[in-house]
This record gives sequence, structure tokens and C-alpha cells, in this order.
Amino acid sequence: MYQHTRLTTNRLGFFQKFRNFDYILLVCILLLGFISLATMYSTDGGEIKFHTKSHFTKLAVFTLMMLVMSFINIKYWFSIGYLAYVAVVGLLVGTYLFGITSSGSQRWINLYFINLQPSELMKIFIIVCLAKFFHRMKLENVNSIYTILTSLIIILMPMGLVIVQPDLGTAVLIAISGIAVLWFAGINYKYFIYTILGFIISLPFVIAFLKPYQKLRVLTFLNPDKDPLGAGYQIIQSKIAVGSGGIFGKGFLKGTQSYLEFLPEKHTDFIFTLFSEEFGFVGSAILLVIYAIIIYRIVAIGASSRSYFAKIFCYSFGAAIFVFITINMSMVLGLLPIVGSPLPIMSYGGSSMLATMIGFGIVMSARVHNQQLIA
Amino acid sequence: MINSSSDNVKKLNSINRRMFITGSLKFFVMIGIVSRLFFLQVKENKKYLTLSDKNRIREWKLAPVRGEFHDYFGNVIAGNFEAYQLHVIPEQVEDFRYVIYRLKDLLDLSDNEFKKVLKKKNEIKPWETLIVSDNLSWQKFSKINNHLYDLNGVKPVISISRNYPFKENFTHLIGYVSQANQDDIESTQAIKKNFVPGLKVGKIGLEKTFEEKLIGTNDIERYEVNAYGRRISQLEFQKGEKGKTLRLTIDTEVQKLANELLKDKAGSICVMDIYTGAVVAMHSSPSFDPNLFVFGISQDDWQLIRNDPMKPLVNKTLQGNYSPGSTIKPIVALSALENGIVNTSFTVRCTGKTEMYGQTYHCWKKKGHGYVSLRNAMKQSCDTYFYEVARKLGVDKLSETAKKFGLGEKVFGDLFDIEKKGLIPNTQWKKNALGKGWLLGETIITGIGQGYIQTTPIQLCLMTAQIANGGYKIYPHIVVDDKAKDQPIDKFTPLYKNSKNIKIVQDAIFGSTNEVMGTSYRSRIDNPKYQFAGKTGTAQVKKITEEERELDLKTFEIPYEQRDHALYVAFGPYKNPRYALSIIVEHGGNGSTTAAPMATRLFKLIIDRHKIRESLGNKKYLEI
Repeated sequence: MYQHTRLTTNRLGFFQKFRNFDYILLVCILLLGFISLATMYSTDGGEIKFHTKSHFTKLAVFTLMMLVMSFINIKYWFSIGYLAYVAVVGLLVGTYLFGITSSGSQRWINLYFINLQPSELMKIFIIVCLAKFFHRMKLENVNSIYTILTSLIIILMPMGLVIVQPDLGTAVLIAISGIAVLWFAGINYKYFIYTILGFIISLPFVIAFLKPYQKLRVLTFLNPDKDPLGAGYQIIQSKIAVGSGGIFGKGFLKGTQSYLEFLPEKHTDFIFTLFSEEFGFVGSAILLVIYAIIIYRIVAIGASSRSYFAKIFCYSFGAAIFVFITINMSMVLGLLPIVGSPLPIMSYGGSSMLATMIGFGIVMSARVHNQQLIA
Repeated sequence: MINSSSDNVKKLNSINRRMFITGSLKFFVMIGIVSRLFFLQVKENKKYLTLSDKNRIREWKLAPVRGEFHDYFGNVIAGNFEAYQLHVIPEQVEDFRYVIYRLKDLLDLSDNEFKKVLKKKNEIKPWETLIVSDNLSWQKFSKINNHLYDLNGVKPVISISRNYPFKENFTHLIGYVSQANQDDIESTQAIKKNFVPGLKVGKIGLEKTFEEKLIGTNDIERYEVNAYGRRISQLEFQKGEKGKTLRLTIDTEVQKLANELLKDKAGSICVMDIYTGAVVAMHSSPSFDPNLFVFGISQDDWQLIRNDPMKPLVNKTLQGNYSPGSTIKPIVALSALENGIVNTSFTVRCTGKTEMYGQTYHCWKKKGHGYVSLRNAMKQSCDTYFYEVARKLGVDKLSETAKKFGLGEKVFGDLFDIEKKGLIPNTQWKKNALGKGWLLGETIITGIGQGYIQTTPIQLCLMTAQIANGGYKIYPHIVVDDKAKDQPIDKFTPLYKNSKNIKIVQDAIFGSTNEVMGTSYRSRIDNPKYQFAGKTGTAQVKKITEEERELDLKTFEIPYEQRDHALYVAFGPYKNPRYALSIIVEHGGNGSTTAAPMATRLFKLIIDRHKIRESLGNKKYLEI
């Protein structure tokens, strides 16, 4: 009963926990934070202004929060899985009822000390919730109707609440987070294949139901040069910025596209464009490598975790982060239509960073407590 | 426990298998993103770099500096001055209404001018320059500069603009510039290339002819601009080239005298070097101030010029088709001599009128001249003699000689698009143009320069010059051109068969001015230095009825439009001639009383100026 003894004597000391840290992951996150600060400094025109200061504060607070989270036993995160999900759903309902409207969509809720975008948090907590849901499930039960229906409800409920904001982009990302868990939990391949086929077949009908501005985005993606100063402007300017960066970039603070304000939303969704313009192909590749290491470490932590919950969370979180990154990059590089999706850590925006840092925190906790079994 | 552990193993196998699939997918997607980055940043880098520069760099073209016109002595006759202007680019103004009303106050714009500005604003694109005012006084200009803090988007500009210091003196010759219109832009490549709003281009005269040379090239300013078009910094200033300065053969002093002589009269004076064909003066009167057109002429001024009965808009030197009157007689005489119709001893009896083919033809002198030879007939301008000579000569031979001496075709070729050809009739022409046979009576009046025959003043001047230089062809020109150096006379084509005949005609013309009974005897200069030879002419503008002939009215008693045109052609100095001139005074009455005295004053000046001109001409041409 070795395992049992380990289970009962599983009280790690502070320094032991400290030793268990994944320092590569931590360094990469800090490096990413530093790069994002520098980029933010550039978007402010080479001065320390509002965005830089605010980004720095958030980065500092949330990194600290992540570190604190990593000292808390993974058991605890497991235990609050459903509760957190319900809380965030509650926040989404609150957003629907009392949310703050900005540029045509009601995404934020005023929590007195912070304006929160609950849909961003849902990207992470749906993973926590579903990971818990599948943690104790036997493999043969995974593909039961009950399981599938329940998990679909868990995914569709927040999606619906986000779609009505309206924010299709985030809704899709929430769905992807959820589907990632279903995938790793072992839902039969055929369901995924059916879903993909069904999606492709229903695509024309979906497009017919899209709102005019969403249709415009799709059309613009297909042919951005049709309306270069209107709908196609963002993507054209973004491609120009990235393309003109060249191999080594135009240099820090020398990105003419962003500096001369040709780039839209350069703080948020298009932050990678600015970075890529100033640091070129080499810089972008280095950024990608940092992201790749982070994802690799997350997956490695999942692989080394003894508990199924931690494993499933890490794999799914790794996959979700990967999808967030690729969707954002594909979007600014003109490979996907414009959907509002921030680049984790790099983009300005508290809720997105909070969500990502919570994810890192849980991963870190899984690493520190990787021998922890959850009954 | 075993059950659950085997389930655990299965679960682990499943999740690890799926993690492997996911990992591979991630790998390929990552490769996709990197290749996209590579494609945009490395492969297509040049394309996007260009696009990015296009984004951030905007060019502003400035009006080129126009080349000048200098006279033969280097005096500026069409130059440039600094005009103070006010430009606004509507797109760059935040509150256009505020700015424009503020400007209205500051500039004291009248409601009318203000409306014009607003109208112009609606016509142009928002990123084009709106010229609020194109010629501000210094006071207003500095006032605006003091209020610039309040006038976001308003640009005070010092612009180079055309100036004609001698006002009406050169108007018909040089022409004037004015704002380019759509036609100008489309017809001339150089204007299209250098066009900026407010660009002034030549509308008539040499300004138009030499547009391509004069216009120069734009200064180009390159600015870095942001996404809203606001200038961030100047990257480059590319200096344009000033247009070519053209030096003319004109002598401003002579031109000014011509203008003075024709003051309040309608007419033309041109003076030409008989060897080089250089035009020393060429003036059409009345004239007008070309400076009026540079910034757009006001309606009142325009109506005044347009409705003037003396027709200032017509360049009479080139466009005026006049009957040459008696000034054609030297050609008639020459043609008759060349064709062996008459010799110096051939005489005709003039009784004041002669009857031919049932028509009565009058000599200007009622009493008649008695027996006259060629020399006397020319001297006293006896019409009867020339009726007879013309009759014997025939119109075809006459027209042949006349054409040889430059009548009936454009003197300057393509230099002026308005130039008229005149008309030297012959039997073939009448058949073709009017479909009728030539009448002998028409030959007779052609002999005294009436009827179909029409010449321009510049043609008469050329004709006189070619008689004066001994009968050699010359090529009149106004612009000093390095290539066409004054050619020695022996390289010219002779226009005569026998040079003696030219001498005879020259001598007869000399008699006309310098001998008693000569028609322009009163205008002669005895001093051999200035002595000139000339032939008067009086061109009827309407047929004189018998009653009117009886009345024998003085010029001032006839209504202006019915008065004869007064003509005079002359060359001088008689010994060693150098210059020829032609004078026409519309409705001036009599050639000997109106036109010939002008020649006296002109020759004095021309010959005095000759030495200065010569001293300049002997040098290599000044590089201007």
C-alpha cells in the first residue's frame, strides 16, 4: 500500500514545493510577460503611458496570483471545479442582465473594482469543470448518452450566453476548450468526425443566419481587397505591417504601420502584428518558440501528473492555449476571418490575462503536486 | 481495485494516444503558421515594404517656377514675383466651417468672393489643395501668419507667380498665363505631368507656344504621414528645375515706342532685321495688361476688353488680313520688270482716271500725274500706271512674285497658332475657291493692292525686308536660338532673276520718300545715317461711290469704320540698309499723313540702337 502511504503523507513543505516548480515554464512566462510589456510600450508610442502601466500592473498581480495558486494543492482546484463553472455562468447571466455595452456588444460586467469579461474566464473554467466531470468516469461510460448530453449542455450553456452578447469569436473558443476536454476524455472518434462533417454541411445555413457584420467579415476574409478602406482595411494593413517587417524587422519602436496608426486595435487582437513588424521573421519565430516551449511544458506536466484530473486539464489547457495562439496569428496573418480573439499574455486586456494566468496557476499546481492522487 | 486500475490503464492509454495525435496536429499547424510568416516577411517582403511606404509617404508637388522671357538685351519682359497665397486642404481641417469663417473675417472677403471659395471647395476632392486666396497683400499675409495658432490646417504659401513688367507692351507677342483648365491639361503632356492646383499656363502667344520649355518641373516634398493623412515629418525635398528662359530678338525700347506711336489707335507696327530675319519689334494696338489674367480677370475688366470696338484681343500683326493698298506696288513693279513686261523707260499717261473694259478706274490724284515712268509712278504712287502694268502682267505672274516674297503664307510657320495666311489671288485660286472665272478688272485693282488680295502686317514687313536686302530669302524669328546663327547673306536663296530689277525698285522706293513729290517726302530724314526709303499705302475698306468721290471728304469727316487703313512699309538706312518695318493704322486715313511720320521716329530710334545691338550680337550669345 505504498500508494496509500504516499497519499496520507502527502504534505509537502514550502521549500519542497518551491523545488518542484517548473522553472522553464516560469521563465518562459516571465519572458513572455517582458516581451508583452515592451510591445505595449511600443504601442504607446515609445512612452510609458496608460496601456503600458496598466499592462504591467496586471502582469505583476496576476503572475503573483499564479505563483500563489501553484502552492495550493491540485485537490483544491479539483474540488472547486463545478462551483467555479457555476459562478462564471452566473457572471455571464449577470453580464447578460447588467453588463456594460461597448462597441455594440455587452461583454463586460462591473464588479466595482474591475470590469470583468466573464466569457474569457469561461475559456478556462469550462476545462476545469469538464476535467472534473470526466475525472472519475470509467472509459466505457464516457460514450454513454448521459455523459455526452451532460457535457454538451455544459458547453452549450455558456456558449449561448456568450453568443447573445454578441461575441461569436469567444463562444467558438469556449467550445474549442470544451471539445478539447471531450477529445482527451476519450469520446469516440466518430462523434468528432460526425461533428466536423455536420459542421461543413451546415456551413451554408450557418452563414445564412449570421448577422450582417459577421457575414461581412467572412466575405472580407475571402477577398480583403474588395473594400480596402472599409471592411478589408484591418486585414490589409495588418498584412502590410507583418510583410514589411522582413527578416529582422524595422526595429524596436520603429514600426511605421503601428506608429503612424495604420494598424487598428494594435493593443489587443493585433499586438502580434506590431511585434512582427518591429522584430521581423526572426523575432516572430522566437516568440513562437517561447509559446511552443510553454505548451510543451504544459503537456509535459500533464504527462508527469499522477492524477487523471491534472492530466486531462493540462492536455486540454495546452491544446486550448495552442488554438488561441494559432487562431489569433492566423487572423492577423490573413489565414482566418477576423474574430475577436486575443493573443494570450501578449494582448492588452485583464480578463484574458487573468484567465490565462489561472490556467498557468493550475498547471503549476499540478506540477508542484504531481504525485498527488485525487480520489 | 483491479478493475479500477485496469480502467485507469485503459484511460491512460487512450489519453496518451490522443495526446500524440494532438501533438502531431499542433506540429503541423505550427509549421503552417511559420510558413505563412516566412511567406509574408521573407518572400513577399518587398511587396509589403512598398505598400508600407506607400502608406506612410505622401508626396506634395509644388508649382514649378516658370521660365522667363528676356528681350535681346537681357531685360526681363515676362518674369516671376513672389505671390503670397493661402492654401487649405479641407481634409486636414477639423472644423472647416469655423476656419473658413475666421478667414473670411481676417481677409475681409466679400460675400461674392466667399461664395466662390465655397463653391471651389465643393468642386475639389477633400485632399486637394483649396486656394483661398492667390495674391494676398503683405499686410494680410502677415496677419494670417499671426493668427495661425487659431487656423488649424491653413497654410500660408509663398508662391512664384507670373509678372509682366512692361504691361501692355508685349501682350500680343508673349501672351499671358492663367489657371490651367481641363483642356490645357489634356492637350499638353508637360502640363499634365507637372499639374498642381493653381498652376498657371500659357494661354496665347509665345507663352502658349513654348509651354513645354517654359513650364519647368515641380518641386517635390515627401512627407511621412499617419493613417489620417497628417504630416509627421518631412523626409525629402526634391528641388524642381526652373523652366527654360527664352531670349527674344525684340528690343524693348523699339517695342515701347511702337506702343506709344499707336496709342489710342488700332493698328500694328513690326520691325525686322533684313539680313537675319530677327524681329526687333512687333506690336498690335490697342493692347491690354496681361497681368490682369494671371489671377483670373474680373468680369468688368473682361467686358471692357472684349467690347472695345478697336478689338484689343486681336493680334493685328498676325491675324489682321488687310488689303495692302499701294504698298504692293514694289512687288507689282518688280514682277513686271522680272517678266520683261516693262523697263525703266516705259511710260503711261495718267489723266486721273482710265477706262478699261467698260469700267472707270480712278487714280488717287484727280488731276492725274501726266506721263509717268516706273520710278515716278512709284514715287508718286500713280494708280493709273500700275493699272496698266498689272493689266499687261496678268495676275498669275504677279501672284508668283508676291508668293516668292513671302505673301500668302504664314511668316512664322507654327510659332503662333493664330497667324493668318493672307491671300494672294490668281486665276486658279478663284476657280477653286469661288468657282468663277477671273475677270480682267480684278487684275487691274490687284495692281494697286485692292480686291481679293490680303496681307498681314508681318508679311508686308517680310516683303519689304527681302526687297531691301537685295532680294534674298530670310527666315523671320523672334526667339534667339543658338543653332540658327545669323547666316552670311550669300547663303540665302535669291528671289530675283536679275538683281538689277531689285535695285530699280529700291531706287524707286527711295524716291518716294526722299524726293520732292514723293508720297512720304514730308516724313523723310535727310541725315544719311537715318535716311530711309518707304512706300505709303492707303487701303480702302469699302468701295468709294461716285458721289463720295465728288465730295472728296477729309478723313475726319468720314465715320470711323469707313475710313481707309493707313499703311507704310520702309527700310533703312538707305545706304547699307539693315532694318525693314511695316506700319498699319486701321482707319487711319492716308498712309502718307498717318503712317509715314511714325516711321521717322522709329528709324531714328532703331538706327541709334543698332550699334548697341550689334555690339551684343558680335559676342557669343549670353548664356541665360
